[in-house]
Amino acid sequence: MAGGSQRVYKQRIKSTQSLKKMFRAQELIAASRIGKARGRTAAAAPYERAITRAVSAVATHTSTDHPLTTERTDTDRVAVLVIASDRGMAGSYSAAIIRESERLVARLTAEGKQVSLYAAGRRAISYYKYRDRELAGQWSYGSDSPESEVAGDIADTLLGAFLAPEAEGGVSELHVVYTQFVNMVTQRPRVVRMLPLEVVEGVATPGEHDALPLYDFEPSPESVLDALLPRYVRSRIFSFMLEAAASELASRQRAMHTATDNAEDIIRNYTRLANQARQADITQEISEIVSGADALAAS
Amino acid sequence: MAELNVDLVAADRKVWSGAAREVSAPSADGQIGILAGHTPLLAVLRPGTVKVSTAPGQVAVEAQVSGGFVSVDDDVVTLVVDDLSEVGGHAGTRA
Repeated sequence: MAGGSQRVYKQRIKSTQSLKKMFRAQELIAASRIGKARGRTAAAAPYERAITRAVSAVATHTSTDHPLTTERTDTDRVAVLVIASDRGMAGSYSAAIIRESERLVARLTAEGKQVSLYAAGRRAISYYKYRDRELAGQWSYGSDSPESEVAGDIADTLLGAFLAPEAEGGVSELHVVYTQFVNMVTQRPRVVRMLPLEVVEGVATPGEHDALPLYDFEPSPESVLDALLPRYVRSRIFSFMLEAAASELASRQRAMHTATDNAEDIIRNYTRLANQARQADITQEISEIVSGADALAAS
Repeated sequence: MAELNVDLVAADRKVWSGAAREVSAPSADGQIGILAGHTPLLAVLRPGTVKVSTAPGQVAVEAQVSGGFVSVDDDVVTLVVDDLSEVGGHAGTRA
């Protein structure tokens, strides 16, 4: 039928064009937010550095044992926190992080441990919900701009689980799966064992003359450690979340850029096909007219 | 006179940093004042007012905090605070 296939192509071109606009908008949004996200990561760094330094100072200058630094042997339950995104349209970002956490869960299970899952970000929550897996905790929090309150909330829940007695669902380890922001083109899923704490970063090597700078602890080393360690965990989790946010935005920008390019390709193809169909229609009409005229002339 | 090197940081940003003469902070045992040459110290903060002065009577930052800790080592003072609301002083470098 004349015009039929032309109309179909036109329609497809139109819908692809509106999709392309959407992809482009998403790409621009992600691109504009990513700078901000990286800025926040940088802004949170001094706090983390200060805490890490203080924790190492206490750890090196006292021999105080703290529940958060001690291995638990009374339970084989372990906690896994998955930091994923709230929204899709970020290519393989969510898939990669979930695959990594599944691998971790499988490894821990093989070691004879019971895994209780904590999910942050709607993508992770819906993944586990759909598979009827039990979630010990879940947060959806606007994963591309996390607030430190949410990080505090998550950290408090997990610290609570770590310090809880065995009968009340206490866990002996905490692993965090998040996406490390290496640079704009590389983000990789990473697993970190958060608890029990091992503080190794930034321990100042004591020089020969100040082998042990004597810190005054106020009120006491134990209570200083008590105040420091939860803050340390909180700031680490917050920085993981910030890094995950930057990674999410970078993946989204990249995915949306590819999608825009693909849409352009499709539009170009369909335009060609539509032109071809138009030519075919014209040719057909001409030959119909000519053959009609021939028939009239012959009669 | 020797000066203190002060960093005041909150969870998501650096609030103030620079050289100062005196720092006053609400430690667990009471308000403490820190001057240059203070012995190394790690103290837990309780809710109260943190004050950084660059010169006598010249307050650079004054802020209400709900908790945190302060570390002093070799005239480097690091104040790590939880919730912070500034009540006065001239805002310094803001990151």
